[in-house]
Amino acid sequence: VHRSECEWFLVSVWLCAPAYHLILEGILILWIIRLLFSKTYKLHETYKLTEKEKEDLIEEWQPEPLVPLASKDCLSLNYDVVTGPPSHKIIINGKECINFASFNFLGLLDNERVKEKALASLKKYGVGTCGPRGFYGTFDVHLELESRLAKFMKTEEAIIYSYGFATIASAIPAYSKRGDIIFVDEAACFSIQKGLQASRSFIKYFKHNDMEDLERLLKEQELEDQKNPRKARVTRKFIVVEGLYMNTADICPLPELVKLKYKYKVRIFLEESLSFGVLGEYGRGVTEHFGVDIDDIDLISANMENAIASIGGFCCGRSFVIDHQRLSGQGYCFSASLPPMLAAAAIEALNIMEEDPDIFAILRKKSEHIHKALQGISGLKLVGEPFAPARHLQLERSTGSRESDMQLLRSIVDQVSPDVHVQYLVQC
Amino acid sequence: LFEQKNQYVTHNPKLYKKPFVESFEETPLLVAVLTYMGYGILTIFGYLRDFLRHWNIEKCHVAREREEQKDFVPLYQDFENFYTRNLYMRIRDNWNRPICSVPGAKMDLVERVSPDYNWTFEHTGKVVKDVINMGSYNYLGFAENSGACADAAIEATQKYGAGVGSTRCEIGNLDIHEELEQLVARFLGVESSMAFGMGFATNSMNIPALTGKGCLILSDELNHASLVLGARLSGSTIRVFKHNNMQSLEKLLRDAIIHGQPRTHRPWKKILIVVEGIYSMEGSIVRLPEVIALKKRYKAYLYLDEAHSIGALGPNGRGVVDYFGLDPKDVDIMMGTFTKSFGAAGGYIGGKKELIDYLRHHSHSALYATSMSSPVAQQIITSMKIIMGEDGTTLGADRVRQLSENTTYFRRKLHDMGFIIYGNDDSPVVPMMLYMPAKIGAFGREMLKRNIGTVVVGFPATPIIESRARFCISAAHTREMLDTVSLPISPVRVYEFVI
Repeated sequence: VHRSECEWFLVSVWLCAPAYHLILEGILILWIIRLLFSKTYKLHETYKLTEKEKEDLIEEWQPEPLVPLASKDCLSLNYDVVTGPPSHKIIINGKECINFASFNFLGLLDNERVKEKALASLKKYGVGTCGPRGFYGTFDVHLELESRLAKFMKTEEAIIYSYGFATIASAIPAYSKRGDIIFVDEAACFSIQKGLQASRSFIKYFKHNDMEDLERLLKEQELEDQKNPRKARVTRKFIVVEGLYMNTADICPLPELVKLKYKYKVRIFLEESLSFGVLGEYGRGVTEHFGVDIDDIDLISANMENAIASIGGFCCGRSFVIDHQRLSGQGYCFSASLPPMLAAAAIEALNIMEEDPDIFAILRKKSEHIHKALQGISGLKLVGEPFAPARHLQLERSTGSRESDMQLLRSIVDQVSPDVHVQYLVQC
Repeated sequence: LFEQKNQYVTHNPKLYKKPFVESFEETPLLVAVLTYMGYGILTIFGYLRDFLRHWNIEKCHVAREREEQKDFVPLYQDFENFYTRNLYMRIRDNWNRPICSVPGAKMDLVERVSPDYNWTFEHTGKVVKDVINMGSYNYLGFAENSGACADAAIEATQKYGAGVGSTRCEIGNLDIHEELEQLVARFLGVESSMAFGMGFATNSMNIPALTGKGCLILSDELNHASLVLGARLSGSTIRVFKHNNMQSLEKLLRDAIIHGQPRTHRPWKKILIVVEGIYSMEGSIVRLPEVIALKKRYKAYLYLDEAHSIGALGPNGRGVVDYFGLDPKDVDIMMGTFTKSFGAAGGYIGGKKELIDYLRHHSHSALYATSMSSPVAQQIITSMKIIMGEDGTTLGADRVRQLSENTTYFRRKLHDMGFIIYGNDDSPVVPMMLYMPAKIGAFGREMLKRNIGTVVVGFPATPIIESRARFCISAAHTREMLDTVSLPISPVRVYEFVI
């Protein structure tokens, strides 16, 4: 009974509706049916090109030249040529100068013991390794160097790369993927920037060495996380800092960073290219300098081209972290391994560093000496920590344009050049 | 008229001076089904073992996060490591085998055993001597610790030291680098060249210097990770064409020029075609005459990565350009590495003088990365002079000829035995198909028992059902060695089939 009453109700409504209403509805229904069955309208239909037009377009197209024409005010087109070994006295373009431009912090580039060991290794293994680490490119020298580095830095494991630049640039994308967040200092060096670019994560820069700015960014991120806890549970967060910054010669405030790490649950990656073999009582870097427990830092990466005077780089940390790079570090899996003679040279350099821990204190004292000597020159200021061995002399006041600044710096270098060779860094 | 033109560009056999024979046999259906079944069974077992580990029934060897950091966001997703934990670990002993001698035709391996199914390895202290090396990229046999190359490298170490300590544009530019670059330019037949400290970095840091936003990169499906990374870092649009397929490449080129950039339809600034000389996983050689014809027709630029082919192909060992008898000036950017045929390390780029001058000041490698070490540079100089014949002997020509004879002999032998071999008949990289996952481990171990060191590759370096064993022929291999290698393959394959 209930159902037939509903039907009766519907029919009565339909019968009682005004005529214009019914006609309108009828027209609308017919319109919908028409639209459903009509051909879809494609924009491309009107753009279909004939074969002749296509050939004309191909003929007309002119690419840009592969490289732009060289501008004359860029650096002179030839590099300076060094003859002979790049040690404390160096012969550049025929002139002998005192070398203030190589990253030879501990003076091991022409050390006889290091050369002996490299030669012995050359006589045993030859020069190249002819393969990546996975395919008969792992030599016992590599394994020995990795275990020595791990023991020296007091971590569980270390992994070596065949090129210093590729070390941090392969390590960052191995852990941080699309969707993860990385907080990095503004003054980060170029290889870190390339690693960040390759990782495709969200990058957030904080002001150089400014812990309050970093904390502000971390707090903002925490608020975001609270709004979306599901996403936050799978988004990894990292802080990337350098021990001694290449660009400003400052030291990073590591104890505060560790506090922030535990407060906001972010992992720290520390790049120690300039501070390994320089800071700390035994040369272990900025963690020893501040007395921070090394297990608090998730990954330490450094290159062996500065203090150790060899070629290549390494990362060290806990096995949980480092072992992952053996399958997903691009510069490790897809590239030939380090030539064994360079690994042997690095092992001998480590031996020297372990036998004679006074050299680090001597290096720092000499850096401070230079720092005092270069103060007080009118028009120039020396930036950075007194004990940092790699410094920048900057113009106190800029002349206004980049070109004239460069000219001024170049003339200073040329004047000093007969006796001392310094290098003016150009950021192109 | 237009159809005729298209045919001229892509199918013209007149472009090739000798027959181009390449084969990639289709996977037989039965084998494909069995392979998928094999992976399915392994995955089920993987889940079972994960379950057992989770409930502590099975001992867990996987490294764990620190106690203090247990409430951090996990560093790895569980599933990312599933393959590593359950499939890779079981056959891990086939890779990363440490060696303790020169990686020449015969090598000494460090013996290692695993008490817990490959989770950890122990070195017994013994050395497995005289294992025939079919895995190292030693095409011309320059991996030696005695002879002219080694003596020159010793002198260079004594004079310059092992490291360099600075970048190229600062004071890392030694006179030995200048000599090397002039020699490389002469070797390749180009105007000028530049050398870098690492082959991987050569690609990943120079492609961004050449292209940028608004440019198009057309890259082969199977290009190396360094080329892919370089293309990504450059910020250009990347389009992929099917492996060595000239029709696919031509279609992409035409579409790109006709329609311009996506959405805005502005014309592209530059189009760069990126190919490799020899593809190391397939053993195929790029169809260079056709690529060059396409490049000229459509005004694109060509980037040729000769990592494996320099020194290994061609009557004079000058690479794939020499092999096809083409003009090196047609290739805009010739890139290669010194690791494989020259027994050293590093990479180079050769081309016109303007290109190299531009790279000297805009390449990230020259500005920020250390230059090549001196003994390595000296090794390259000596070996290159030997190949070119400038040292006064015919040693170089002999080696090149020996390599080509070894390649032909070995490939024919395996083919006659009835195995499926991929790739071009002239390429010294010989992939032999295995297909099934269990065979990967079995083949590697059985060959090692017979004192032969081979390389086996599976997923993810190759498609999942196309696992293979790869042999790299060297000029240092003698005919007896090649016979010794090919002899046991039949019984080993039968053994695998039975187990």
